Amino acid sequence: MNAPLETVEIEVTVNGERVKRSVPARLNLADFFRTELELTGTHVGCEHGVCGACTVRVDGEIVRGCLMFAVQADGCKVDTVEGLSDSREIEELQSAFVLTNALQCGFCTPGVLMAAQALLRDETNPSRERIREYLSGNYCRCTGYQAIVDAIEAVAKARAARSTR
Amino acid sequence: MKAPRFAYARPASIAEALALLQEHGDDARVLAGGQSLVPMMNFRVAAPKVLVDINRIESLAGIKVTKSFVRIGALTRQVELERSANVAKHLPLVAAAMPHIAHPAIRNRGTFGGSCALGDPAAELPACALALGATFVVAGKKGERRVAAEDFFKGLYATALKPGELLVAAEFPPPKPGDTSAFGELARRHGDYAMVGVAAHRSRKSVRAAFFGVGDRPELLEGDTVEGVLSKVSDLDPRADLHASAAMKLHLAKVLAGRVLGELAA
Repeated sequence: MNAPLETVEIEVTVNGERVKRSVPARLNLADFFRTELELTGTHVGCEHGVCGACTVRVDGEIVRGCLMFAVQADGCKVDTVEGLSDSREIEELQSAFVLTNALQCGFCTPGVLMAAQALLRDETNPSRERIREYLSGNYCRCTGYQAIVDAIEAVAKARAARSTR
Repeated sequence: MKAPRFAYARPASIAEALALLQEHGDDARVLAGGQSLVPMMNFRVAAPKVLVDINRIESLAGIKVTKSFVRIGALTRQVELERSANVAKHLPLVAAAMPHIAHPAIRNRGTFGGSCALGDPAAELPACALALGATFVVAGKKGERRVAAEDFFKGLYATALKPGELLVAAEFPPPKPGDTSAFGELARRHGDYAMVGVAAHRSRKSVRAAFFGVGDRPELLEGDTVEGVLSKVSDLDPRADLHASAAMKLHLAKVLAGRVLGELAA
């Protein structure tokens, strides 16, 4: 692809399923999920990379869905909170969030779950301080974060206990 | 708050990228990690007609260690710098700066070259390049040229890059035994841009401290000794911004310089 185009054909593997679409170059990845694929679990908050509500996974790494154009994901494997939920990858986190009341309005929750799962995948027993640091890019305006950290810590401890048994 | 309309091109090589940049001139911008450019587009501060996406040009990425330099490709993601054993070993100053740069999801996309080419005066990586005396490698129509970090940062979001040029890499002089470095910054929240920050390096020859967030570009203070550099900190002339008055910034710079430069002596 070399001549600049305003509309581009893309092929993306979304939650394991291959999709083909023709998209405007200016369409960001979060809006692509929401408007083109009706995957509305990815939320759009600040639209300038600060709040973290649009966090998704591209080729296994979390990114801001609002700071990447859909056309840039052409040929990539992309996962949203729906995919992680359906595959049960975040089942424990979801249960822990319910148990500790780690969400109220729920707007930030999909992004927080994506970030938390990325942390727990890479680090087996993060401290509370490390959890807070890692989640510093995900804003929650309801909970004051305490319960969110509680939930993630509980899952981390449960997973660590299982792996040493 | 959506990016304005633009046309998108994805060159596969540096030559293709340069051809696109030359063809479209001022209408074109390079899209690297997009972690600053895309917000600027969403805010309509930037409205390039053409985006030249360099993300698939593999030769721009990667960290290479040779006897004469440590080379960081422009497209090297910040997360790679954070995880690289070579960076931890040869460029501990850069390794120390990484956790201060935004958040994991941003560092997964943000690039070394993007941060340097943007020239944000509060950014960490330009200050590291300046403190370590890096040399930037720039590609253009007539081939490559090299620009010392001292000459690269020209002002607020202004660098020595000319229209039609592309930042390819930076080459850092290899550290010598006994060299020490230290990094620190003050921000209201973790991951925010610094109110004041300093990247410092001590070699047998001199002590170099690059301050950021205190002017329109990173400011280098150099001296024979830590004390010599500390005595120059009051020469900084920071401007007030949303977060702090000029006097407060200067105060913070002095406090931070004392702490960070203090670590160099050890």
